[in-house]
This record gives sequence, C-alpha cells and structure tokens, in this order.
Amino acid sequence: MAGKKLKKVDLIFNQECLTKEYLKRTLDRDADELLAELIDSGLRGRGGAGFPTAMKWKMARQAAGDEKYVICNADEGEPGTFKDREILEKVACKVFDGMALCARVIGAKKGFVYLRGEYKFLLEQLEKDLDIFHKNLRDIGFNFHVGIFLGSGAYICGEETALFESMEGKRGEPRNKPPYPTLLGYRNKPTVINNVETLVSALMVTQIGAAEFKKLGTADSSGSKLFSVSGDTPRPGIYELELGMKLSQFVEEFGDGDTKAVQVGGAAGFCVPRKRFDETVIGFEGVPTGGSMMIFNSSRSMFNVIKNYLDFFSEESCGQCTPCRVGCQQLLLGIDAVKRGEKDPAYIDSMLKLTQTMKMTSKCGLGQSVANSFASIAQNFREEMIY
Amino acid sequence: MENIKEIVDNLSEKHGQSPESLLPILQGIVNKRHYISEDAIREVARVLNISTAKVFGTASFYSFLDIKPRGKYVIRLCKTITCNMHGSHMIRSTIENMLKIKLGDTTLNKKFTLLETNCLGWCHKGPAMLVNDKSYTELTPEKIRAILTAYLNDEIEE
Amino acid sequence: MEKVKKINIDGLSVQVKNGQTILDAARSVNIHIPTLCHHDDLCIAGNCRVCVVEVKGKKGLVASCAMPTEEGMEITTNSLMVRNARKQIIELLLSEHDSRCTLCYKNGKCELQSLAAEYKITGDSFIDLVPFKNYQIDKLSPSVIKDDSKCIRCQRCVRTCNELQQVGALSMAYKGGETKISTFVESPLYEVVCTQCGQCINRCPTGALTEKNYLDPVWEAIFDHSKHVVVQTAPAVRVALGEELGIPSGEVVTGKMVAALQRLGFDSVMDTDFTADLTIMEEGTELLGRLEKVLKGGDNDVKLPLATSCSPGWVKFMEHLYPDFIDHMSTCKSPQQMFGALAKTYYAQKRNIDPKDIVSVSIMPCTAKKFEADRPEMRSSGYKDVDFVLTTRELAIMIRQAGIDFNSLEESDFDTLMGESTGAAVIFGATGGVMEAALRTVYELVTGREVPFDRLDILPVRGMDGIREAEVKIEGVLPEYDYLEGVTLKTAIAHGLVNARKLMEMIKKEGAMYHFIEIMACPGGCLGGGGQPLPTSKKIRDKRARAIYAEDAGKPIRKSHENPEIKQIYEEFLHEPLGEMSHKLLHTKYRERIKF
Repeated sequence: MAGKKLKKVDLIFNQECLTKEYLKRTLDRDADELLAELIDSGLRGRGGAGFPTAMKWKMARQAAGDEKYVICNADEGEPGTFKDREILEKVACKVFDGMALCARVIGAKKGFVYLRGEYKFLLEQLEKDLDIFHKNLRDIGFNFHVGIFLGSGAYICGEETALFESMEGKRGEPRNKPPYPTLLGYRNKPTVINNVETLVSALMVTQIGAAEFKKLGTADSSGSKLFSVSGDTPRPGIYELELGMKLSQFVEEFGDGDTKAVQVGGAAGFCVPRKRFDETVIGFEGVPTGGSMMIFNSSRSMFNVIKNYLDFFSEESCGQCTPCRVGCQQLLLGIDAVKRGEKDPAYIDSMLKLTQTMKMTSKCGLGQSVANSFASIAQNFREEMIY
Repeated sequence: MENIKEIVDNLSEKHGQSPESLLPILQGIVNKRHYISEDAIREVARVLNISTAKVFGTASFYSFLDIKPRGKYVIRLCKTITCNMHGSHMIRSTIENMLKIKLGDTTLNKKFTLLETNCLGWCHKGPAMLVNDKSYTELTPEKIRAILTAYLNDEIEE
Repeated sequence: MEKVKKINIDGLSVQVKNGQTILDAARSVNIHIPTLCHHDDLCIAGNCRVCVVEVKGKKGLVASCAMPTEEGMEITTNSLMVRNARKQIIELLLSEHDSRCTLCYKNGKCELQSLAAEYKITGDSFIDLVPFKNYQIDKLSPSVIKDDSKCIRCQRCVRTCNELQQVGALSMAYKGGETKISTFVESPLYEVVCTQCGQCINRCPTGALTEKNYLDPVWEAIFDHSKHVVVQTAPAVRVALGEELGIPSGEVVTGKMVAALQRLGFDSVMDTDFTADLTIMEEGTELLGRLEKVLKGGDNDVKLPLATSCSPGWVKFMEHLYPDFIDHMSTCKSPQQMFGALAKTYYAQKRNIDPKDIVSVSIMPCTAKKFEADRPEMRSSGYKDVDFVLTTRELAIMIRQAGIDFNSLEESDFDTLMGESTGAAVIFGATGGVMEAALRTVYELVTGREVPFDRLDILPVRGMDGIREAEVKIEGVLPEYDYLEGVTLKTAIAHGLVNARKLMEMIKKEGAMYHFIEIMACPGGCLGGGGQPLPTSKKIRDKRARAIYAEDAGKPIRKSHENPEIKQIYEEFLHEPLGEMSHKLLHTKYRERIKF
C-alpha cells in the first residue's frame, strides 16, 4: 500500500472488450490452469460477501453432473451501491465473457443474468450485447448460452439462494445452507453465482495475470475494486480504487471537509465514526464492502440514518425467520420509542442485545447484518438516538 | 383490446408453462395492465396448473408485481437516505401538490400512482425516481413539473 | 454399507447416519431440543430459529433441524448463548402474537405457550406489535377457524396444504413485517379451494388454526329436556379418544367412550359403525349393479371405477378439481349422513319420537364432516340430518368439562337399533378399511363363499403406502352373477390428498384401470383425520391402525351383511339396498365447484 494518496486505477472500464480470438484463446486454456491463476490472484467476491472466487469455481467444477449453471447476480440493491449498473451499461461484454470463463472452468452450458427490475431500462441494450456475445461463441465453437431473468423489486433476491427461488418462480425466501449452491443451486444443480464485478475481475485476472493483479491491494485484499461514492461529497460517482486503503485516506479524497461518519457497505455495513477513520481499513481484513460508501457530514442526524436503514430492512426482509422479521420491526419501533421518551435510554442496550441475537440466529445475511449498522450507530452516536 | 385470458395465454406461449415461467408471466401482465387482478391470478393458475394461493403468494412478495390497481404511470420515488439528503422530500411534495394525491394513491383519472421504493442505484445523482420502467435522476421541482406534464400529455414513449 | 459418522453432543458421543440432521442425532440420544416449525410429517423449514444450537467452529448459532451432521462435529445444545438466543426468539414471537392465553381455544395445548412456560418468560422485553397489525380472523367456514393473531408463521400449515395434501389453499403472502399466511387474495377459506380436511389444524402449533367448535349448542341441546339428543360415534374415534384423556395412543376405549357419552347426558348413544355396515350393503350392491351393466351390457354411461364417497374432504376435493369424476362416485352418503337421515326417520318411528325434537350429533375424527353436515342436500329426513358434528378433541373437552374421570368409567354398550356393528365396520377408520369391508361382503354375495384370505384379513389392501393396489379373482360364482365369472376385480386405495391427486391423474391418463377405488383425504385414513387428538405422527397413526385391526379381529361378527341390526333395518324399513327408501334417505348428489 503505497503513500498517503489513494491509488485510482482504471482496469474495469478502461480496457476494451475481448476480441473473439482472445476469448477463444482464453477459453481454450486448461481449466485447472485457469483455476490456479485465479487462486493465485487471491480474488474474492466483489458483491460484499467476499468469498474466494476460485474456491467457489473449484467446488462447482468438482461437483458431479452435466447440468450446471453460471449465474450473474445483478440484483444490486444495497443502498448506496450503483457500480454494477455502470458495468452493465458500459462493459456488459466483459460480464458475459467472465461468465463464459466460469462456464469453461466448471463445465456449464447455461447461464443467466438475474437483473433487478429497477434496471429494466438496461434490458434492450443488454440483449443487443448478448446477441453479439452469442454470435462470438458460435463462431469460436463454445457451447454456452446466457439468458436474462428480470427481478421484480425485492432486495432479498440478491441473496444467492433467494435468487434461485425467485428464478424458480417462488417467493425469494432464502434456503437453508448447507447445502451450498456449488452443490445444490439453481434447480438444485451445481451453480456458481457471482456478482457482476466479480465476473469482470475474474476475466481481468486471466488477462493481466495474477502477479499484476496482486500488485494492487494488500495480502488479504488483493486487487482493485469499484466504489460507489455518494452523500455529502463534492465528487459523487464510481471510482476504481485499490483495496486495503485507510478510511481516512478515502475521506480526505472524497469528504467535504466536515465528514462525521462513513457508511461502509450500505445499510448492511458499518457506520464508521470520524474518530475511527484512521484505524479502519477498507478491505476483507478490516471492514469489507460491496463498494457502497455513503458519506455523512455533521449536519446529518444519525438517528434519521439508522431509521432509514431499519425501515428498509423491515420492508425488505423476506419475513420467513423470526429474528429478522420481528427483530426489524422491533428495532424500528424501538428507536422511535426511545426518541420520544416512551422508553428509557437503557432500552438501546436491550436493542443492541436483540441485534446480537439477530446476528447469531437469522437464517440469512440480511437479518445477520442489521447488527452492523445498528451497533455502530447506537454505540458511536448514542446521544443522537436519545435527544 | 385483449382480454385477460388472451394476455395470459399469449404470455404463456412466450414464456412457457414451467415453474420458471411464473415471474416472467406476471411481469408481462403488469406491463400490459399495470397490475395483477384477481382474474389475472386465476388465469395464471389455470395456465400453469398451480393454485391461486401460490400465484397470489408469489406476486404479493415482489414490490413491482402490483396486486392493487395502479395508474397508467407508476411513479416510484427513491426513499433511501442519500436521496433524502439531496431533497427527495421536496420532490415528493412537488408531486403530491401537482397531482393532488398522497403517497400510495392513484389520481382520479387513473393516470398516475405515487409510490415509494428502495434504493434505485442512482445515489450519486439523487433524488431519483422511476416512472414505470424509465429512470429519472437529479430531480428538481422544475424537472418534475416538466416530466409529469410530458406524461400527462402521453408524450413519453414506453 | 452406510457410512457412519461420530459427533459429539453436549459431551456425549453419538453415532449418526448419512443425511441425519443435528436434531435427528440429538433425538437419538434423548436430548431434547425445542422446535416449532419442525414437523416429522413435513419437509424441513428452518424458519422459527427456536432449535438453534452452538457448533464449534461455526459462526453464530445454527438451526439443528436443518444442519446436517458432519464427522467430528461438536455441538452444544444448552450454552448461555443458546439460552439467551432462544429466550429472545420466544419473546419476539410473543410480541407479534395475541398472548392472552386464558381466552384462547388452544389454552393448555399450545406449543408456543409450552415453550414460554419452559423458559419462564415473564415481562415485556419487547414492544407489543399486535396493535400495529390488522390481524384478521376467519370464522366463516363450518369446519376451520383461521386466527391470524395467533400465527407464528412457522409455515407448517402451508407445507401441509401444499406438500402433504397438495390442495394449495394456503400460502405465504407479502414480505417484511407484513408477512402472513393467506389464501387467494385473503378470501375466507370457505370461498377458495379448501377441502376442510383439517390437516392444517392438526399441525398448527398454536391457536392460529382450530376447528370450529359446537360445544355450546350441543350442551344446550343436552340440557333442553324437550329435545331428544342422539349421538353417533365414528370408528376412528374409539382408538384415539384416550390420547386426550391420559391414555397412551393405540388403545381402544369404546366401552368407556359410550359410558362417557351416556354420563354427559345424551339420550341415545349409537354407533356410526352401524351405518358403516349399511354403507357396505348399499355400496356393494351399487358396485355389482355397475359391474353388471358394464360387463354384461357394455353400457358406456355407467362409469368405472366406482369410487367411495364417505370422505367429505375427498368429495370436496373431487368437486373442485376433478368434477368430471362425479359420475364415478358412489351415490351413497357417508355413514355419518346415513345415520343422521335414519335417526330422524327410522329411529324416530321405532322409538315413537317426533323427529322435530331430535337433535342429531356425531363424534367424528374429521373436520370436513362439519362441512358435510351443512351441505344443503343433507336434509332427506325433512330436517337437518346431522345437526352438530363434534371432533374427537371436542368430545374430550366435554368429558373434562363435565368432571368425568374417564379412566375409571365402567365400560358400557351402545344402545340398540343402530348400535350393533361388525369388524368390517370398525376398519372404516383405517385406509383400506372400506375396501376390505366391501370385498368381504361382495365376494360372499357373489360366490356364496368367504373371501379367500386367511381369517378374512385382506392384507394386500392394508398398510400405509400412499397408493396400494389389490386384485381379487372371482371364480365359482352363483348363477345370477355369471358376468363376474373369471373376472379379476381390480381395486386401488389411496390416502392423503396428494395420493388422491396422483391416482386421479393416473386414471385420467390411462383410463379405467380399476373397478373400485377407495380414497381417503387424510393420511392414514380417518384415524389421521383433522379432528383427532394432537400431536399427530406416523408412529401414532400406525398405533391407531393396529388398534383398529385388533378390534376387528376380536369382533364376533366380521362381515357387514351378517349384522343382525342391518338385517332388521332392511326387513322392517328399507326393504332392499338401492330401493326406494334407500334412494330417498341414503343416497346423494354432488356438484362442480370452482377450480381456481
């Protein structure tokens, strides 16, 4: 990690689409060799969960069966995240090529892009891009077909098993894990499901090589990542930055001089207060993120912020499991009750305990993540919850 | 004008009759009729040979598969904190005043419905909204007036 | 060779088989992990999160009902973390629940209540969410009450209705805080495709789904001395009633049941088994009539297979989803309804009672029987043939309310006229029972000899497989049944509506593969009915079945046509099966209902 200034890169958007010939060369490479390169690169999922990409592809590759799937999770719904939309708008070809790469490694013949309903306006162009992609594959003789499945307004469908349920014509209620998608995924078949950016990054690794990729970032968080920056910032937008930066560096670059807190990782992420900017690392060894960075200055009420998140969660929870369904409602009402003086400030501690229960017992990441923002805001901005 | 049975039959021809066809068919119905009526649910159940409860239960899960009647143009205003910070409240009042409806309502002439929605993915260009499938960003009261007037006169191609 | 793994639960070393969950493993060594959404009859849900346990090396807590065991797993089911989490989960459930147990029908029998009691839940840890909800209660159907304010969204009812019964009346709806269990556009159950089978009630852990009870009107009738209250009891009640009153499952309590009913004040206690025997006479004759027309005359208007019609859940299922099958159905009423019609005609005449003063009550293992009694065509006596239907559970409530010590009752006998029955009648309570009873009579009617099965036990029709087939070759017939000589009578039996559907689809596709089929809506047959004591499980149903067949084996008369009271009613009142009197009182019609 060099210097105080943030290192901006431009790998994802800058490079052109692969030519047909280059794609063929890539897909002709030995699958184990491709996997080895990915493992070496240390690439981890770019959607927020950060699972080692190569490991996921390897498990699906090893799974028995002819029917396997590659699914691109384009259900970008985390508040403050908008990078995937840009990728799909500008370099969709790389997403598809990344999917083809995955199909090559795991032995899949079919793939899907689960596109959130809110991005339906991208459909026409995506279908055109897909036509070109399919034509290229036909020309180089690679048997892989990608379809687009449209979502219908449900944040929880970004959770991998909920996404499968949705594609199968059901409510987006997450499944029990294990079994994991690489064994039993879409239609109960081995499936690799990756975030849009992950697929592009995996492709990039095979283009520039693992060594080059590892030059960026840190040991635990190799490479670069797209960040969606919004809120109280003079420069909102999408930026590709090295992983492993300190939050203080980020704020220096993107804050408006009066930054009180930064929400790293969306509503499901952590709200880092000013006093912790210097000790917080943006990466898998520190605070991981799918890229959402929302900046709040001192004019903002953190009570309004947490209320906004809780309102979001209680609406988007699939409602299946007790701790999340009821817990979110309890928290939303609870913070109002404390604010209005109906409940003692000590009730905040009861709510913190509740979020811990939610973290430990919820069936999926949504319920498990509520504790992140709640605890970080309730602990660092306690007075704003009461007065 | 097509009746609902014809709409559903056409959609099932296009998307098939397997479990995976349910969501695309429901989306197709919303496209044509702006919401999914009881009759539509019955037709889908009939064509896919599943229970009406299942179709209803699935449709009611998804925010964009409206089961309540909606207007011709459904406005979905983003209510995420970042859009708030950029003045979505003012946009909301502008729309409410202009159309004389409150959140959740449909205008009497059934042209507009005003709803709130969660993060649309335009946080760096808030406030943002969708009108049916089209997205509008960096909204101001003036822009709203222009946009809604265009819709009022049915000038926007869908 | 199945791979065996070793895991550790609470310090105990446990051997587990492939595919077993942590919950399975814990149960195998009698470690109790509380559950709510889990049910042995249904697929794994893993949504209530009550059964969470600690697994070394895994983040947070895991749901033991859904987590498969792995070699070397170390599990703790009762750590501080587990206890705190579990307590909070229960408290969360209570916060969205109408917790006024004292006013709830399920008071004392509610799984949530038991959990709350076990964990000593006291004050209000959380905000009461009930005032913010617009909970609805659906009391419109004659059989099932759905009270959303008691629902914990465990989805047992949804899984039951969709997987076990494959009727699909219930589904999860909406999401987030608005998540609820609903019907098509939140219609009352009465208006949707619901068979009223009550299997959902049998699996609901709380008071969200209960039977509609008729205790008050029955008590009123009993204490109204101007009324003559007649009660009939179904075969399956006598092998399960004890479970509600401290007697282990699988014990036959007929004598005590009759004594209890007499003590409660019913004016006459008679037996549905009597009309079960009667059903065999009528339906057997009907079967032979159809066989004759088809085999002799090639009559295409007469449909085969003939299907039994005594399960009102099956009948309603057929009316909604397979109305084309109506002509296949036996026109015979169910034993309950035959009894009701006769109670206000035959019985009234014989005992010189004005039928308008008769209140006809039945004790049934079934909730759909409440719907059946309400069917407008069930008024052949000129009055409502069956006024009130009580489930086995409701009878137990009455017995407790009356302060009767069931266990110490001296056994008593049914009253005469419609109280005598055979072994063939009692097996109506088990899947395959109606078929076996019919075969015992029809075979003997046609050949003059007993069915060629050891001790009359027609084993091929018995058992718990979802769909069973049995064939009986008919040879050496009496001259008037020459059309049956050499015919192999093909029968099929299905229980549980998922199997009814399978059988219907098979018949739709392949045509008439059978002459006679028996279909019961409930898993296990009536012994697993929607009105039976809770809990229900395969083990319990097996025990009840064994009791029923033991009861049959021990009866002096085991064939319906040998029942002396049956002979009497034909001689003195009905004259002949399918005769004019029978047609008026004992037969019925069906109608098409909405499919979607």
